[in-house]
Amino acid sequence: MLGEEAEPQWISEEVKTGTTIIAIEFNGGVVLGSDSRVSAGDSVVNRVMNKLSPLHDKIYCALSGSAADAQTIAEMVNYQLDVHSLEIDEDPQVRSAATLVKNISYKYKEELSAHLIVAGWDRRDGGQVFATLGGLLTRQPFAIGGSGSSYVYGFVDAEYRRGMTKEECQKFVVNTLALAMNRDGSSGGVAYIVTIDEHSTDEKVILGNDLPTFFDQ
Amino acid sequence: MALSNVLDSPAAGFNFDNAARNAAFEGLFEGGQTPKPLKTGTTIAGVVFKDGVVLGADTRATSSEVVADKMCAKIHYISPNIYCCGAGTAADTEKTTDLLSSNLTVFSLNSGRNPRVVMAVNILQDMLYRYHGQIGANLILGGVDCTGNHLYTVGPYGSVNKVPYLAMGSGDLAALGILEDGFQHDLELEKAKKLVRDAVHSGIMNDLGSGNNIDICVITAEGVDYIRPFQESEFKDRREIKYKYRQGTTPVLTKKITPLKMEVVQETTQKMETV
Repeated sequence: MLGEEAEPQWISEEVKTGTTIIAIEFNGGVVLGSDSRVSAGDSVVNRVMNKLSPLHDKIYCALSGSAADAQTIAEMVNYQLDVHSLEIDEDPQVRSAATLVKNISYKYKEELSAHLIVAGWDRRDGGQVFATLGGLLTRQPFAIGGSGSSYVYGFVDAEYRRGMTKEECQKFVVNTLALAMNRDGSSGGVAYIVTIDEHSTDEKVILGNDLPTFFDQ
Repeated sequence: MALSNVLDSPAAGFNFDNAARNAAFEGLFEGGQTPKPLKTGTTIAGVVFKDGVVLGADTRATSSEVVADKMCAKIHYISPNIYCCGAGTAADTEKTTDLLSSNLTVFSLNSGRNPRVVMAVNILQDMLYRYHGQIGANLILGGVDCTGNHLYTVGPYGSVNKVPYLAMGSGDLAALGILEDGFQHDLELEKAKKLVRDAVHSGIMNDLGSGNNIDICVITAEGVDYIRPFQESEFKDRREIKYKYRQGTTPVLTKKITPLKMEVVQETTQKMETV
């Protein structure tokens, strides 16, 4: 018998990316990382979603919050950045991309519920990471976001050192993601890593059983 | 060079007018519940296989605890190479897919080519995002175009996921179990059909909102094979006796005829133009 309370959650629950995202800058580029879980209430809608979305060849953004809002912002900024890049006739700056994201996030602050971290490499300033939470714009050596980030603030604050190499940064990102995915119910699946530097943009997937393990496993 | 939409292209940027309207709408009910739309309580599934895409759906439409339609068609035509399964509010999925189909037909006529699946997905996402979840349509879009075989899902809030296999609806968890276990990349046609059938069957067996027959739609580069029904319900009822009663079964005891007196109140003549 289908009662009123048997309404399935996926009908009314908004699809959230309930996430862990991280971006860190090194000398000559950036490393971005995310988990892959998309949830609607208690149900996992997509367990392999890549939340690292390209805004341009060497500028990526990491999505968190409401899946629809974040995807739409990323698409709009992708379009605006393409137009801007044609207008200035060169590759856009990371700061420009971050500003476009910030503009949307700030103007529609009340209506939207998504946070994007923008990171990339450009010729003028090298690797840069920008946080745009709530409509602010700030450049940081690294940024974390999403529901899983709460569990790893301590870890990143303790483990971050200035002047890490590309490989150390990649390891830092993978470790952070693994720890957060272990503790946060809304983060999980596989880890996507994107490394951007002057020469290449390198996308990688690390499957669940290849992630580093810590004391309780 | 905008999309060849029949509708006016929407104003640039976000438009939250409808959200404000809906909030005002809720006030009208004075704290009571806004009317709940009818949901199809469904199992739909899709799988990408070697030569194309297979979509499957059950055929039950429920209205609370009564089965309103035993042979409801949940796999909708979008274009010759794209079909769409819909879960959620029945009216919303019907209208949304019809609208999408019309727009893509106009596009095809204008450009002379079959639309790409990603185009259908983009149009849907635009529309559903603009309505902020007020359109309760959970859609699985599958199709074959010049770039390959694709399977997408679009949620009611406008989120898009591109995946090789998928199940949606109230029976999705049951169906997904079968898909997770049996899915492999590049399946053969018969295996893919069987996998989708098994997935929908699992949804039917384990979910009250899904049932009756199973429809399968196979889309390949060569064409579409819409098999309706692919499998009939094992629990189909069989009428034991005829329910037609011959005249005279109910005896007439008395008859009384009362003529109705009608008065002419007004008389007008209107000339009919016959050209």
